[in-house]
Amino acid sequence: MNERTTSTAAPLARLIEEFYRLPGIGPKSAQRLAYYLLRMPAADAHSLAEAIVEVKDKVTLCSTCQNVTEVDPCRICTDSGRDRSIMCVVEEPLDILALERTGSYHGLYHVLHGAISPMDGIGPDDLKVSELLDRLRAGETKEIILATNPNLEGEATSMYLSRLIGPLGLRVTRLARGLPAGGDLEYADDLTLTRAIEGRQEMDGA
Amino acid sequence: MPPRARLYKTEAIILRGRKLGEADRILTLFTPTFGKMEAKAKGVRKTTSRLSGHLQPLNRCQLQLARGHVSDVITGCETLASFRGLRDDLDLLSRALYVAELTDRMTADHVQSLPTYRLLLDTLGRLESSPAPDTVLRFFEMQLLDQSGFRPELERCVGCGNALEPVDNFFAPVAGGTVCRQCVPGLAGPRVMTLNGLKVLRLLQRGSYNDVARVNVPPALAEEVERHLRSYIIGVLERNVNAAAFIDHLRREGARTKIEV
Repeated sequence: MNERTTSTAAPLARLIEEFYRLPGIGPKSAQRLAYYLLRMPAADAHSLAEAIVEVKDKVTLCSTCQNVTEVDPCRICTDSGRDRSIMCVVEEPLDILALERTGSYHGLYHVLHGAISPMDGIGPDDLKVSELLDRLRAGETKEIILATNPNLEGEATSMYLSRLIGPLGLRVTRLARGLPAGGDLEYADDLTLTRAIEGRQEMDGA
Repeated sequence: MPPRARLYKTEAIILRGRKLGEADRILTLFTPTFGKMEAKAKGVRKTTSRLSGHLQPLNRCQLQLARGHVSDVITGCETLASFRGLRDDLDLLSRALYVAELTDRMTADHVQSLPTYRLLLDTLGRLESSPAPDTVLRFFEMQLLDQSGFRPELERCVGCGNALEPVDNFFAPVAGGTVCRQCVPGLAGPRVMTLNGLKVLRLLQRGSYNDVARVNVPPALAEEVERHLRSYIIGVLERNVNAAAFIDHLRREGARTKIEV
């Protein structure tokens, strides 16, 4: 990056460097973004800068569910309308957004911030597992839904958690795995089809 | 190198994947024809992807690839074996991932090795069915070392070259194998190798899998053999194997649960 930006004004070069560090931003995109900001009204640019500072200063992890939040405990954890006997364990905060969008789940959450990935050296100690166990031992939860991704890492995490939670005597469930809506049966892999057959459900009203 | 045709087909075992961009993955494959290679799988992190279920690590599949500028792109895939037994058992899964990681780390890109492909495939199958998965791992480790050109010396002392006496000797990963009592002083990191430990290691090196599977190795001896092989592998790779840490973690927790019960 350095040799490309030597002819640029120093502050601009710095901004380009900063953008370049973001995921999915290559050298050209970094330049385009920096020049766009340069031409932007000062108020908008300040507002963007403030938003970045604010997000770093004010947003923390909820001490209960580990979701990102600006108030601790977060709004979901303090919401009295939610079912406190059921807890959904997800890998990332974005997964909560997806589940909330469905509007069909009204329990609590717990964010692990990752999944067990033995080959990458990510083990249970790198996730918010001990926090989860502390919450479960506190006793309000009756059922736990393992909602990790249906891939190898997510399955490994779910298997590990169910083994760990087993002795606590809770009901442990896993999100159903099977055919996606809008999918084609002929393209499904054996594992997905097998799980879809195992998890088949009664049709009512026939 | 892969042929120059725009589209080509190959069988492959998927070793691992890493995220790329919004919804893509770069997969590390081990193929019988091209050895280890990387390929891009587009859109496989979306739930609507037709390929994603087929392209999970540890799957054996038939792939169709298109040549790309940087990496080849997977355009079609059919699962040949998904080793379900490994996926439904955490202890077996952690060992299968160890096998995948070790294969990835010990092999170089685009170096064809049919024996390694066979070994990998057999090992995954054996893990699924064997009552002693750790024996399967030891055999795999020794054979893979052999095939990758890192066969440890187990017949003679690597110091003086004399045949080993049938007593307890030493094993020095840095020196490349067994060391006799006379040559041990001054060597880095030698560990005592019992005579039985040496016998098991020799069997792993020279015997067939069936020979190895027939022998009943007591736990203490199995632990010694594992320790020697692991230290040797770490010496060769100059780094730890990540998945081994998870196997150890599960073992520790398993032992703790037993004590609590």
